[in-house]
Amino acid sequence: MALTFVACLLGFLVAARVLSGGVPATFHTARLLPLLGFSLRLDRLGALFVAVAAGVGACASVFRLGYRGHGLASRTASFVFPLFVTMLLLVPAASSVGTFLFLWELMAVSSLLLVLADHRQRDEVQRAAQWYGVMTQFGAVVLLLSLVLLATHAGGQSFALISARGPHLAPWVRSVAFVLAVVGFGSKAGAVPLHVWLPRAHPEAPGPVSALMSAAMVNLGVYGIVRVGDTILGGGPPWWWLLVMAIGGLSAVFGSLHSSTSTDLKRLLAYSTTDNVGLIFLGVGASGLFASTGHHALAVVALVAALLHVVFHSIFKCSLFLSASSIQQATGERDLDQLGGLMTRLPRSGPVFVIAALTLAALPPMCGFVSEWLLLQSMLHGLPSASVPLEVAMPLGVTVLALAGGLTAATVVKAVGVGLLGQPRSEGAAGSAEVPVTMWGAAGLMALLCAVFGVAPFLVLPAVVGAARSGLGYGAAHPLAQGWSIGLAGGHGLLAPGLLAAGLVVAAAGAAGLRRIGQRGTVRRAEAWGCGRQVQTARMQYTATSFAEPLVRVFDDVLAPAHDLDVSHSAESHYYVESAAFHTALDDAFERHGYRPLSEGLSWWGRLARRMPNGSVHRYLGFGLVALVVVLVVVA
Amino acid sequence: MTTHWPLSSVVATGVLQVLGVAIGGPLLVGLMRKIRCRLEGREGPPVHQPLLDLRKLLRKERTKPEAASWFFGLAPLVLLASVTVAAAVSPLLATYPALGWSADLFAVVFLLLLGSVFLALGALDTGTAFGGMGASRAITIGALAEPALLVAVLALSIPSRSSNLPTIVSRSLEHPAWLASPERLLAVVALVIVIVAETGRLPVDNPSTHLELTMIHEAMVLEYAGPDLALVKLAEAMRLTFLLALLATLFTPWGIAAAPGPARLALGLASIAGKVAVLGAALAAAEVLVAKLRLFRVPELMAGGFVLAALAVIAGAVR
Repeated sequence: MALTFVACLLGFLVAARVLSGGVPATFHTARLLPLLGFSLRLDRLGALFVAVAAGVGACASVFRLGYRGHGLASRTASFVFPLFVTMLLLVPAASSVGTFLFLWELMAVSSLLLVLADHRQRDEVQRAAQWYGVMTQFGAVVLLLSLVLLATHAGGQSFALISARGPHLAPWVRSVAFVLAVVGFGSKAGAVPLHVWLPRAHPEAPGPVSALMSAAMVNLGVYGIVRVGDTILGGGPPWWWLLVMAIGGLSAVFGSLHSSTSTDLKRLLAYSTTDNVGLIFLGVGASGLFASTGHHALAVVALVAALLHVVFHSIFKCSLFLSASSIQQATGERDLDQLGGLMTRLPRSGPVFVIAALTLAALPPMCGFVSEWLLLQSMLHGLPSASVPLEVAMPLGVTVLALAGGLTAATVVKAVGVGLLGQPRSEGAAGSAEVPVTMWGAAGLMALLCAVFGVAPFLVLPAVVGAARSGLGYGAAHPLAQGWSIGLAGGHGLLAPGLLAAGLVVAAAGAAGLRRIGQRGTVRRAEAWGCGRQVQTARMQYTATSFAEPLVRVFDDVLAPAHDLDVSHSAESHYYVESAAFHTALDDAFERHGYRPLSEGLSWWGRLARRMPNGSVHRYLGFGLVALVVVLVVVA
Repeated sequence: MTTHWPLSSVVATGVLQVLGVAIGGPLLVGLMRKIRCRLEGREGPPVHQPLLDLRKLLRKERTKPEAASWFFGLAPLVLLASVTVAAAVSPLLATYPALGWSADLFAVVFLLLLGSVFLALGALDTGTAFGGMGASRAITIGALAEPALLVAVLALSIPSRSSNLPTIVSRSLEHPAWLASPERLLAVVALVIVIVAETGRLPVDNPSTHLELTMIHEAMVLEYAGPDLALVKLAEAMRLTFLLALLATLFTPWGIAAAPGPARLALGLASIAGKVAVLGAALAAAEVLVAKLRLFRVPELMAGGFVLAALAVIAGAVR
């Protein structure tokens, strides 16, 4: 554990030096990878991602001290955990195709092993790991194609060389490489429709691992798109970025819709990762679109908004996943319908979760609000415009952001209100006690950062602006106001989150004073109104399922929930009901309509292929002949 | 753009706006009740009755349901604080609001969302069926109203290329022709629909219902009593007043103080009070005529609002 922590500390220090000094750190050795060489170069863009991964990694390694169970104590896991964290720190520094793919693959394999940590206890873990393994390998193959295509056409594998020649490559090479990169990195980022592994793997992974995956690994997908699209290829035609925005918008709406209807706490958080990745993609896409239509200042602003959201999402999602694991350890439950009444039983982890959840909902004065606000601002300033793609994309982007924002608010109210407030819904929740200080402390530190950066975004803004400018390669002055306020200078849109926070605190104190005017004594505990019923049991409360029911009904066409009602009647008369059972299930539309037919088709193909080799030598000779003919035809 | 107002004038504007919304809010609710009663052929309580109710509630004992945690007591504070800050940062009396350039229309939208989220969480903390029911419904409607609201905000921000409220208001004062443009009118209708939903008025929610199963807002605040209920009632009256005042300022800004000075502020106060009273009266009269929508028809209303807002954006973008 100390090893992971020290690695993170070192990574953070190096990244901080690069971010503040601006001089890239480089490292090269020919020994580590035969033929390819191993070269690292950390510029400001990469340093931002390294710093985020280092912060999350340090928190997760502290959290692990008090974390019990889930197979994380095994020898394999103890070895792989530091390896995974180290890869997260190294991938953004890779500066050649070979190094990048090598580190990327190590990261994927080590995270897969960690997802599998608990496979002996629970069957779902295996299935989740299968999904994850297939998707991550698919992504890696696509990335390999994309980067190798670029390397062969540029005539070298170092990123510096490819970015020097990238803008002059043939348009089809650039476009194919970019689309392949979007697919490959999108699958790692959990963007729709390549997100299916995410809501399976993140919940089943041990707590600190899911925090690392959701708050640090997913970021690297975003990093990859910015690196390839902006730095290496130097921007592209508007349709590239419209594609990124479309994927982002779809991810945001789909992710927030599913997280607002999920009842499993960690699955809900995993879907919300898809939602936030969607918002980040919207920002990255908007930035590219601005750059390709000549709005360079706005491109910087949109990319700053996206990268700011990367940083803030990592902070609050790390805190959320860690507190969710604390809750799971304290109660033994992950299902919201079994939780409740934890605010008094977990006096530290409860409020930590609430603060991080309010940040997820982008509510002022938390940091999530600042990045979403900036994203909205950048979209607003693209209008009115002479370019048709901008005119269509920006209002749609705002709509997506608003719908996702509203649904996320519903998710947060459900997760906090059903999960932590009210009466406990199970014995595990009723008998829970606070977790060790290393656990709530690690999550609490991140929650504290949510508030600090929300009030004073200027603490991170220079680093993010530096990263965005290094990503886009513009040296021009950015139009973001500095100091206590953030926004576009010149009175076009300003926000002083510190002042808003101060106003809220003063007003709340005033309201508390107003409430105390005529009061003596303490607050009396009274019976709640139950329509005349005397006893209020925990079963009368709304559950997470019932809370989300109106939303499921409104979005019936998209979600298509499966309902199953079994009523058995009494033997004497048909009018008396003996028992009734109701079952409702919600699965992923992409999984149902996309992946299941695909996997069925593949297994059909496999069965068909099994029939081909039946042991007859004549048939094998025939296969050989056909293959030879095909080769000759192709070569000719 | 007047960016340099004397501090005394800025503070006076802020205090006046918050006090005006805080005292005017309950009076507006009383006025709307009175108009409704008169239209239905009843006498009705005096206009200042809500203020008397608040005084009575503040003197009562505080109670808390058995299952509730400390969160239950926190929710009304945040609810009231959010609408207070929103009232302080918006240009209602003067084009230069108290906290200056610290917030824009988007920030105001998220501030109001903060209040709604805390109220719903307070309702879920009671551990009863009704609290959850109200919270679930209110949050669903809020989530669906959000796109219409933000897109309407976008439509309003496009002509001045700014979402800053003072900029929008002062530029519409300079170019009155904008106010009658089609995109403005479409945005007005969209905003009215959203305001009706956000403040729980007919046809989305019936504020005077007594049947728990049809309640939305009232089901959420069922367990609040005494001073806590006073805060919730005050906050909901302030929210209604604030939103109507914002609507009035955005679409008929005449009378607002464009420069510092006590006489101008007084004129601004009188004009905004008059506009809000007219809007409130119209809303009350309309409520007599319409029935509450079925809960699952509300999404259609919200979708209608969204379409109008989107049309407003398109109309604004093509010119």
